[in-house]
Amino acid sequence: MSLLELRDLAVTYRTADGRVPAVRGVSLRLDEGQTLGIAGESGCGKSTLAAAVLRLLPRTATVTGEVLFQDEDVLTMRWGRLRAVRWAGASIVFQGAMHSLNPVQKIGKQIAEPILLHEPKVTPAAAAKRVASLLEQVGLPAWRANGYPHELSGGQKQRIMIAMALACSPNLIVADEPTTALDVMIQAQVLRLITGLVAERGISMIMISHDLSVLSVTCQRLAVMYAGRVVEEGPAHEVFTGAQHPYAQALAFAFPVIGDERSRLRPRGLGGDPPDPADLPSGCSFHPRCPVAEPECTSVETALWPAGPARVAACIRVRPDHAAASLSEEAG
Amino acid sequence: MTAPPATAPAPAPPSARQLSWARRRRALAAFWREYRKDRSGVAGLIFLIVLVILALAAPLLASSRGLSAALSTNPANAGPGWHYPLGTDADGRSVLTELIWGARISLLIGFTATLLCIVIGAVVGIVAGHYGKVTDNLLMRVTDWFLVVPFLPLAIVLAKTLGPSLGVIIFVIGITSWPGTARIIRAQAMAVETRPYLERSRALGAGHTHQMIRHVLPNVMPLLLANTILTVAGTILAETTLSFLGLGDPLRPSWGEMLNQAFFTGGGSAGNQIWLIAPGIAIILVVLSFTMVGHALESALDPKLRERR
Amino acid sequence: MTAPVKPAGPGPGTAGPGTAMLSADGVAVRFGGRGRRPAARAVDGVNLDIAAGEIVALVGESGCGKTTLARTLLGLEQPTAGQVRFAGEPLSYRTGALKAYRRAVQLILQDPTGSLNPRHTVYEAVAEGVRIHRLGDEERRVADALARCGLRPPERFFQRYPHELSGGQRQRVVISGALVLEPQVLVADEPVASLDASVRGEILSLLLRLRDDLGLAALVVTHDLGLAWNIADRLAVMYLGRIVEVGTPEQVFASPRHPYTRALMSVLPESPGEPVVLTGEPPDATRIPAGCRFHPRCPELASGAAAAAGVDSQCRGVALPVLPAAAPGSRSMAACHLADVTPEPDDAP
Repeated sequence: MSLLELRDLAVTYRTADGRVPAVRGVSLRLDEGQTLGIAGESGCGKSTLAAAVLRLLPRTATVTGEVLFQDEDVLTMRWGRLRAVRWAGASIVFQGAMHSLNPVQKIGKQIAEPILLHEPKVTPAAAAKRVASLLEQVGLPAWRANGYPHELSGGQKQRIMIAMALACSPNLIVADEPTTALDVMIQAQVLRLITGLVAERGISMIMISHDLSVLSVTCQRLAVMYAGRVVEEGPAHEVFTGAQHPYAQALAFAFPVIGDERSRLRPRGLGGDPPDPADLPSGCSFHPRCPVAEPECTSVETALWPAGPARVAACIRVRPDHAAASLSEEAG
Repeated sequence: MTAPPATAPAPAPPSARQLSWARRRRALAAFWREYRKDRSGVAGLIFLIVLVILALAAPLLASSRGLSAALSTNPANAGPGWHYPLGTDADGRSVLTELIWGARISLLIGFTATLLCIVIGAVVGIVAGHYGKVTDNLLMRVTDWFLVVPFLPLAIVLAKTLGPSLGVIIFVIGITSWPGTARIIRAQAMAVETRPYLERSRALGAGHTHQMIRHVLPNVMPLLLANTILTVAGTILAETTLSFLGLGDPLRPSWGEMLNQAFFTGGGSAGNQIWLIAPGIAIILVVLSFTMVGHALESALDPKLRERR
Repeated sequence: MTAPVKPAGPGPGTAGPGTAMLSADGVAVRFGGRGRRPAARAVDGVNLDIAAGEIVALVGESGCGKTTLARTLLGLEQPTAGQVRFAGEPLSYRTGALKAYRRAVQLILQDPTGSLNPRHTVYEAVAEGVRIHRLGDEERRVADALARCGLRPPERFFQRYPHELSGGQRQRVVISGALVLEPQVLVADEPVASLDASVRGEILSLLLRLRDDLGLAALVVTHDLGLAWNIADRLAVMYLGRIVEVGTPEQVFASPRHPYTRALMSVLPESPGEPVVLTGEPPDATRIPAGCRFHPRCPELASGAAAAAGVDSQCRGVALPVLPAAAPGSRSMAACHLADVTPEPDDAP
């Protein structure tokens, strides 16, 4: 059985200006011990997706589809079961996690909080021991538990968030932009830590980021999201080096490979801006910015088509009938 | 030759000025929607609008000759009657007439003293917040001094020395009320100073005055506005206190002055309750209204007190 | 704006004497130091030249002093030692002189959202510089600047507020605001860090176009090495207040000579070989290590390579001299005892 399966998940927010579709039909599958990267920019729905996994969306959100965690639908779980799953089954490291720490509570207390919530029989002394062990695993000295968040640097706070996420030994961790605000070296440290812990404990992981190059080395599979949909999915390194969907290509080029002459003094970006979910273009939502858009793209929203072994892409150019048509054009 | 199109030619695109007016209307409408959520604020606002209209229309509602003790022909200390719905005072003047004309004086003093207070408070707050260090220290010590000095004794001393007049009352209230505003504005100004657009302004070559007027002031304005309304409530009360204690101008009777006369010239002992109570109730209602409006304003402006994203 | 001007000096990356437009000469900036708190040596001796029409990337991690150095070059901070020179003349900090300097060197901040006053329209934001310096002909200058930054037609943006624009558009507005003063040097602090990935390329292309069309030089402060590869003619790596390596991106990235640079290169996702992940974090600027300031974290020292070369006692005890400002076209330089005794590979460009 798969650990996590999203079936046609759709999330719409009700706002004063109408209904805003943040996620528009996403289907993903994650097996035990697998790592999946989700790449995308602001407005693509990735953070909404992360929150949906644990049913953490606000009341203004309408959710349809299924989120199957260990074959149970999170969206229709009873409250008691949901609370048990939250943190002990799956935990989240939120974006801007450094700001999620309570500045007036000791660090040890904050890490112990989920432990005590999920296992009320644990004594404070036992909890403290587990906190110390967690701190050690994330590379921080145990005495940090008696300190406060403001004494820590950005990278250290992020390690605390990881320790918290591991506190109840979950089967799945969702990391939403875990290294975005960090320097290159600290980012490397934190990524090494996360991938090490995940591999060692056999935890599955979903990592969300806008940096395709990072995801390509930390995750096994990679899904690229745009305007609430997955537009490409496949083995991480292949998607990064040989993306088939024009958006995924553009995203890959945004982070140039140093030493590659093609990107020297030639920054490549897309014109326009990521679309506003409240005001999506017709047809393929990427067509206004697409360098190879075709007339049909303004009216047809292509579904995900196979684009190689274990790969899919939602682009008209990947469709077999399109390839055949263009071949015949060239021949004719 | 085809027939000309039936539809009228497309309207010209709106000009920049039209766009900005449309935007202001929309912003005002959004603000009003937010403000409306506070019922007491709306009630207060209605009362104040009615009051201001009454005050402005005073000459139409009651002849000013009714204020002159010498010209009055009504019996003294009378109960409600046809020409004097709220009775008369010890000199036979209609209490209602005095109430309406008194509104003018009370509101005038309230607004003017508030203006003085706000101007001093805002300038001190912004300058202290902007320059920081020594200037801030100096200004804050001056502010502290004014904060600590007890209002009433200072007011009494000043009024006695300078003579009882509207100007003196306004001055006294103004210079004793500004420290509260100054502290609030300084805190907000200091927050604004850390924003990157101030740094950008400096990088563009802006001098201190430009930075304070073009950047700091607009961003403390909402806070200032809410504070102003609340201050008016306070100044009206302050004026009432001073007049009640006999420091007001007896020739320009405000409500406080009315209270003074009613209290000290035997209105109560003569059984003329209305003369004593009417101005008191009026003051309570006005102060309450300003306070409710001020609070509603604060909550309506609150998301914009912190800046829009 | 006047017609586009060809860059006056030599083209980027070619050898030859370039006039240094903006230079830092032994600049040091200390903070604090009063009372019992030790002084923070944010910038601890830097020589850096920016030639006309050249884009220099200043790379380093947080706390290395790059932002402080940038602000000092802008005149927003006064150096506690050394001088900032523009076109050969030392900077005067008198109000009038400083204001005139602002017309020559302008700033782009990291967060375009914070850089714009939310109560000012786009027009007012861009016109601010024009009004401060009383340049006149306001509307034409604003329209030209906006158009040059890709916001066309400019009139459509005049009445918009920052919160109605996307991140990329806001950054273009900020750049227009700087351009309207017709500067010769732009100092950009993390110009694309807050922007969406797909939009970065456009802003970086804009900076390159401004360099090509207007001969605008730029100092780009960033922690993103890829950015330096994309647009920089020269690159300086900063660590704890000093420049530890300087050269062209080709030189520095292909054969980094300083162990810190090598470590930074190795942790990039696509780098071959084993990443050298440095442990811990850089110490703060109040406790700079003796000798080579990098030695407590240096992998060469820890692995014994420095000892094998006989320089380990120097690493621990002998402070390195400040690197001189490199002229464009010269070889790369590194402030490292080990690099000093290691013969350079002959294939350096």
